[in-house]
Amino acid sequence: MKLSNFWYPQTRARSVKFVPIPVLVLLAAGLVAQLSWHASRPAPSASAADLPAPPSLDALRLSALGDPVAASRMLMLWLQAYDNQPGVSIPFRNLDYARVANWLDRILGLDPRGQYPLIAASRIYALVNDPERQRYILDFVYRKFFEDPNRRWPWLAHAAIVAKHTLGDLPLALEYAKALSDNATGPGVPNWARDMAVVILEEMGELEAATVMAGYLLESGRVTAPHERRYLMEKLEALKRRQAGAQPE
Amino acid sequence: MRESKILTIAYYTFLEATRNRLVWLVVGFVIIGFGLSQFVAEIAIAESATFQSSFLAAVLRFFAVFTIALFVITSMVREFDDKGLELVLSLPIPRYHYLLGKLLGFSALAVMTAVVCGLVLLVHAPPGQVALWVFSLSCELLIVTALSLLCLFTLNQVTLALSAVMAFYLLSRSIEAMQLMARNPIVNTDSMSQRLIERFVDGVAFLLPDLARFTSTDWLVYHTGDWQAALPIATQTVVYLALLAGAALFDLYRKNL
Repeated sequence: MKLSNFWYPQTRARSVKFVPIPVLVLLAAGLVAQLSWHASRPAPSASAADLPAPPSLDALRLSALGDPVAASRMLMLWLQAYDNQPGVSIPFRNLDYARVANWLDRILGLDPRGQYPLIAASRIYALVNDPERQRYILDFVYRKFFEDPNRRWPWLAHAAIVAKHTLGDLPLALEYAKALSDNATGPGVPNWARDMAVVILEEMGELEAATVMAGYLLESGRVTAPHERRYLMEKLEALKRRQAGAQPE
Repeated sequence: MRESKILTIAYYTFLEATRNRLVWLVVGFVIIGFGLSQFVAEIAIAESATFQSSFLAAVLRFFAVFTIALFVITSMVREFDDKGLELVLSLPIPRYHYLLGKLLGFSALAVMTAVVCGLVLLVHAPPGQVALWVFSLSCELLIVTALSLLCLFTLNQVTLALSAVMAFYLLSRSIEAMQLMARNPIVNTDSMSQRLIERFVDGVAFLLPDLARFTSTDWLVYHTGDWQAALPIATQTVVYLALLAGAALFDLYRKNL
């Protein structure tokens, strides 16, 4: 089958010789003019655009056209890629973290069951080399944790780890760990997450508080797995021995 | 005499649009768009006026492009099906008269659509900025009109032609961003494939109109437009119309009726 028959299936195209010369000249001149015009224009230059303030949640819901979950995913990808704008890369430390947190908040509002905004907050934005920004975004994760503790506990646990190891702020890590231990009480929350507060208290040298915390966890009835109860009891004994001046195991 | 034939075809093309109640569709959509923008302003927590004008401008621009492309393509398909093209060309009328007449008639419709869209924007932005926006949208619609004619002459089907026009439009609006991304990749490997991609994107950009610089919402929101921006827009429009008209004529003259 000839290519011309593909484009003109009903009738065969006529030969090019039927096209008047002026038409061919116009076509060629138009092509040359377009190429020349494009070549004469300045090349596009990259400029970084600041992250805009997010619209209200209602406006975003309206724009989502009845599909807020898909809209939240698209917005999340857009926000995540904001540091890589066409032709220019913006370091995280130059991003306005208040706006980033506001966008994450709106995206979470569109799909409250979605985990992505908190993953991005604790695992991407919290890794910026700027303690002030790190604290800001960790605080966002902390605040949002209370809205759905049994689902959002992993990101607060990660925030506690970042606070302890990256920021070196043990009191902040303890605050997060305690919040996790007190509020994430669902069956899906692992024991190690609940025990974080004990470990951090021990590391801070707060042996008495760590002892109280371990005892509280044992007596609260929330720790039911035999191996976990055994671990906590051993930890409790070790803490008591340290308090009494004995060497830890 | 030659002008009168072209004008007659243009007049009846425009008349067809008015009798198809396309004008009422445009007016109706403008009213609905305005109402929606009022609603959006109510739920915006800050900068509600700018939010309103940018939303309205974006919606109207896309609506205008889509409507004009759809009307041009479906109108021409009906003309083919009704053997209107054969009827006109059986008269002592050269093919280029027919094409120029059609292009002129559809262009009048495109300009009228841009003006109606602009009228409602006067509520939110200064007249000078709106005038520039209308001028730029008119130019954009003229390119879309000529492109729709070309795609239909070449592809002969509504679905294929409309898809091609929309793909071309979206590509033309985003090609500048694509060029920047190709030139500054996230991982700078300086590999052969990277250079090939860069050359390919640059090559495509040479053949496309620079629609990213047309009909900017910035003019309405931040009032940054000035009439110096109109000259490159007008030049690009003239150049691209010549190219599209030449290609459409090439296809029309090769059509075996």
